[in-house]
Amino acid sequence: MDNIAGQKSGLGIATHLATLLLVIVWIVPTVGLLVTSLRDQDAISQTGWWMALQGAPLTFVVEVPVDDQREAEGGGWRLDANVFEGASGAALPDDVVGRATVDAFGVSRLRGANLAPGETAETRDGVAVTVERDGTLIARSPEQMEDSLSLPMALIAPPQITLENYAEVLTDMDADDRVEAREQGQSLDDLLFSDEALFGPFVNTLTVSIPATVIPIVIAAFAAYALAWMDFPGRGLLIAIVVGLLVVPLQLAFVPLTIIHEWFGIGKSFLGIWLAHTGFGLPLAVYLLRNYMVGLPRDIIENARVDGATDFEIFWKIVLPLSFPALASFAIFQFLWTWNDLLVASVFLPSDTESTVMTRFVVTNLLGSRGGEWHILAAAAFVMIAVPLVVFFSMQRFLVRGLLAGSVK
Amino acid sequence: MLDSVILSGIVTILIGVGGMFAYFWASNWVLDNVLYPPKGENIGRNINRANAIRPWLFLFPAMFALGLYLVVPVFYSAWLSVTSGVAEDGGWYRNYTLIFANETFRISLLNNMLWVLVVPAASTAFGLLAAQLTDRLSWGNVAKSLVFMPMAISFVGASLIWSFVYHPDIEIGVINAIRGLFGAERGVTLIDGQIIDSFLLMVVLIWIQTGFAMVILSAALRGVPEETIEAAILDGANPFQIFFRIKVPQIMGTIVVVWTTITILVLKVYDIVAAMGNQYRNLEILPTQMMRYFDSGNYGFATAISIMIMVLVLPVMVWNIRQARAEMR
Repeated sequence: MDNIAGQKSGLGIATHLATLLLVIVWIVPTVGLLVTSLRDQDAISQTGWWMALQGAPLTFVVEVPVDDQREAEGGGWRLDANVFEGASGAALPDDVVGRATVDAFGVSRLRGANLAPGETAETRDGVAVTVERDGTLIARSPEQMEDSLSLPMALIAPPQITLENYAEVLTDMDADDRVEAREQGQSLDDLLFSDEALFGPFVNTLTVSIPATVIPIVIAAFAAYALAWMDFPGRGLLIAIVVGLLVVPLQLAFVPLTIIHEWFGIGKSFLGIWLAHTGFGLPLAVYLLRNYMVGLPRDIIENARVDGATDFEIFWKIVLPLSFPALASFAIFQFLWTWNDLLVASVFLPSDTESTVMTRFVVTNLLGSRGGEWHILAAAAFVMIAVPLVVFFSMQRFLVRGLLAGSVK
Repeated sequence: MLDSVILSGIVTILIGVGGMFAYFWASNWVLDNVLYPPKGENIGRNINRANAIRPWLFLFPAMFALGLYLVVPVFYSAWLSVTSGVAEDGGWYRNYTLIFANETFRISLLNNMLWVLVVPAASTAFGLLAAQLTDRLSWGNVAKSLVFMPMAISFVGASLIWSFVYHPDIEIGVINAIRGLFGAERGVTLIDGQIIDSFLLMVVLIWIQTGFAMVILSAALRGVPEETIEAAILDGANPFQIFFRIKVPQIMGTIVVVWTTITILVLKVYDIVAAMGNQYRNLEILPTQMMRYFDSGNYGFATAISIMIMVLVLPVMVWNIRQARAEMR
């Protein structure tokens, strides 16, 4: 269109830029938490996640012993060492040695690390010191060195991707505790199903959402067929009721259903939440499937009738296979909804750890007691949203189709 | 332990799905072979009767579940709201008058109004903007996919994501880091219970719902006839005039649908406030109030609030039904 109108390309560039800006604003929050979930616990509090690629700067004063010094060929004394090796290990954390590089060094505590790697400077005692980027140190002195050298260092540890946060949140134990627990003979099962671990809620979420997705589909498909292709008095009224029920707030059902479930002896249980999700999902399921089925070609169904097929056969052999796209759309909606749900789960499931789902676990357990521990929260968030994201990106086509069938009329 | 959990899930699916199919198959078989077999001297009458009953066999499970889980609760809640709790020994209206006398309830009502005004408007506007921007872009589908992505994320997950954006530490939270770029030296706590903080929570829902609005409005924009746009171009309309004067009026119906759909969702949203503002009275909305009373066993107040949410939804419900009926004719 732009070309037809002969417009300036300025608007085209503006469109690209505006879209880019929009997309960035939309994905930055998620990317931030994803990056955070993969960072070391200490790094999270030291620098922002947007600095993750730069590595964390560390400053240390390294003590280099001078025991290995020898007389140099041209006179005087010389020491060859490496600041990362044995000589200085005490001051450096283990996980830095072997990964970090020297960003700057100094020869006086007072002035700090003010020299670039490769430069040479003299200490107060007249020792000329050079430190390379890889930590190689050469010290020369006209006289024998007596005291160990104390050198301020600015080190850069390259960014490190770690899955430790995920392991910690899934088992509720940090690396050391896990090793200890394994040594005491606990199995992986024991670790994953310990009281405050997220893995149990993950399994519970699956346990809730899969039956709660599959069961309403079967029920709704039969009803949708009847509403689309069978003629009976009151059909229009039933369709209107289904449309009305689409918007009934779930909150209305909580008190009555708690009482009814108690009365039937279901109480708070997985059975109760499966039934509740089935009931709450049905209006959308019936509505979507009926809208789709009613659009199937009339000829096919009429021909089958003429050939003597029963309604059950027509439904089972013709309509159901043809309705696959609509079935898939609803399945995705219902799966995302039941997986992501917090409200229905807090009403229909008991609050004990054996039946908590992830959303509820995060809100009541993690946000309450570990609200400040973002390495835990970030990893928990991504354990929670990983499955929906995979479903979303692999089946986006059906999701869009379902949305359009439900709304654009 | 893992095995037993998975096993029970699979067994339930098999029982649920298998049971449903068994019901449909068996009830049809009984109808055709035992009750009204299409043979013998009454064949014509039998076929007619079987065909009159069959729709109800197909409909029964769905009608039963819808009735028990949605229709009955509406009336049961209405009944409980005028008979239980303080209504037992006073007028039937006592649950309603008492919650209105409660200041927290009035705050939550006000907040709900704010949510209903802001979120659908903002989501629809951003959605329309995104739909128009990506319409003829070479990488439009990728952009759409990324804007649409939050739809898959749970409200709780989204609340965590945005809590991190709002983090009070200047080294951790993006918002505070941006303030830092403009010279702020220390981070500020963004959500601390001011009424105005509700807007920060609304951002989360807008972020989620924009994708929904975009997908639907984008399809509607594609449906705008080319001729109308070409005619406008020939008449010398600039892109903004084309958008606001030609395209938007033609998709107004869809815009209304998107707006109302999001409005319904906003009235029910609970998770975001529960996850991000649970400890602040000023951030309460009707669903969080309702859950507080529900959890403490005060069914009178809980049902009264749920009925009020229902009343707010009612106009949309009536409108939806009228639309659906008009379509069927």
